[in-house]
Amino acid sequence: MDITKRRKFKNRIFHVLTFLCTLFGVIILSVLLFSILSKGIKWLSLNFLTNFPSRFPKKAGIYPALLGSLWLIFLTAIISFPIGIGTALYLEEYAKESKFTDFIKLNIANLAGVPAIIYGMLGLTIFVRLLGFGRSIISGALTMSLLILPTIIISSQEALKSVPDSLKQASYALGTTKWQTITGVVLPYALPGILTGTILSISRALGEAAPLIVVGALAYVSFIPKTPFDQFTVLPIQIFNWASMPKKEFQNVAAAGIIVLLIILLGINSIAIILRNKYQIRIKD
Amino acid sequence: MNKIEFESKEKIKKSEEIIKKILKALGFISVLTTLGIVFSLFEETILFFKDISIKEFLTGREWTPLFQPPKFGVLPLVVGTLLIVVISSIISIPVGLGSAIYLSEYAPKKIRKILKPVLEILAGIPSIVYGYFALTAITPIIKIIFPQTSVYNALSAGIAVGIMTIPLVSSLSEDAMMSVPDSLRFGAYALGATKYEVIKDIVIPTAFPTIVASFILAISRAVGETMIVAMAAGSTPKMTLNPLESIQTMTGYIVQISMGDIPYGSIGYRTLFAVGSLLFLITFTLNLISRYVIRRHRRLY
Repeated sequence: MDITKRRKFKNRIFHVLTFLCTLFGVIILSVLLFSILSKGIKWLSLNFLTNFPSRFPKKAGIYPALLGSLWLIFLTAIISFPIGIGTALYLEEYAKESKFTDFIKLNIANLAGVPAIIYGMLGLTIFVRLLGFGRSIISGALTMSLLILPTIIISSQEALKSVPDSLKQASYALGTTKWQTITGVVLPYALPGILTGTILSISRALGEAAPLIVVGALAYVSFIPKTPFDQFTVLPIQIFNWASMPKKEFQNVAAAGIIVLLIILLGINSIAIILRNKYQIRIKD
Repeated sequence: MNKIEFESKEKIKKSEEIIKKILKALGFISVLTTLGIVFSLFEETILFFKDISIKEFLTGREWTPLFQPPKFGVLPLVVGTLLIVVISSIISIPVGLGSAIYLSEYAPKKIRKILKPVLEILAGIPSIVYGYFALTAITPIIKIIFPQTSVYNALSAGIAVGIMTIPLVSSLSEDAMMSVPDSLRFGAYALGATKYEVIKDIVIPTAFPTIVASFILAISRAVGETMIVAMAAGSTPKMTLNPLESIQTMTGYIVQISMGDIPYGSIGYRTLFAVGSLLFLITFTLNLISRYVIRRHRRLY
């Protein structure tokens, strides 16, 4: 083989290799979804959604975990959304370049890299013990809010950065104050982006189990949480619980639980995508 | 005629000031979070080290805090974590980098548009699902090849962690490669280079710092990953490098203890925070290094 042919051959091999790498992810995803669907789909039923957990796999249901997850997501959303946007607004619109601003930004970047389970220990010490909220939904929601805040802030900052300066200047030229410009011009323009980022972060909180285990969510719940100060469990913990049971059938119940979890995640993510596509304001400079 | 009422300038100024202060206070919550993490981890950890020497904790080779006699050597948990990191990196680094190269350099636009979201889905799947997958799909396959494998083993958990961190490596590396200016590529093409040569000699060296940073972040994520190892790696702290055995990681230990009823204030409760502090310090250091690598080598064109 002459040198040119060899070089071209190398290129082709490399092309195929990298393609196989990409394909690996696709194949794994399909295998994963298939294996879960094939195990769990038969166990899905209306009863599964409305029953309490049980010692008998056939009777086991996901109702308390489902409600616990909904409670948790709802509270996490209303806690983290205003704080996240407020912080992003402060950093993008108000803060001047200073050491303090740099410090906050660095701090947020660092927080984004802290393992989720560490947030659980924070929640256990501060919310469960120090503030005395106990092993309740509100402790879990506060913990989850702190966990997802860095990502909400960072994505909101990106959305705020994308607002064209010309729009803000035009608003100021009409004699508006800073806050009027923010509520009248900046936020409406950036909101789809902010919402997308926020919803994606919140969907992350929905699949997270580790910090809640540390905070003390229960593995077995035979009641329905009625207030934020009740004890609770969530879907991922319920799934974890089933998957670690010795009875083989419970693995299928766990698979059914995973299907429910994935469907909810899919729903939330679709909302994010629809919001982004529908309300994205496009302004040409 | 209606009379338009204007608010006085002072009043407007005042409310604007208040709004600014509120937003600043919200921004301060992130600082409080960091302080809270440090406080909650270190308070109990300091109490822990009043009873157990740091030397015993860091160099002891046995971890049996709840047995009699209790031993508090954290090394088995560290070795378990290391095993998971090594196995997962063997998967996530080459596969992630390969995907990044394909998506950034080889893939036609149409195929890229289909494949990229698939990788993003992989990143969005909760770790509990990967844990389940490890336990019910990966372990049985390993058992066919190595029948002596135990039900809970480091290999299967490590593979799952590796799969989970592929998107992290690929998306960061791909961004870095995409931002390599085309003028550099065209310069090499003009000299007659093949695509492989351009990738090897131009694109990867230019994007190298960010690529390395993505590897470090994947490692950091593997260190902190919890549910997969809690489900599939087992709960036997052991000084072993045999991936087919049941082990326990730092995160796995924290979960195991949290699931049980450990009385507040007991030494068992404090081990939770000692291990947590170590975990925090390791991931924090890794994240700092990755940020430093990116910053230090950022090139401007």
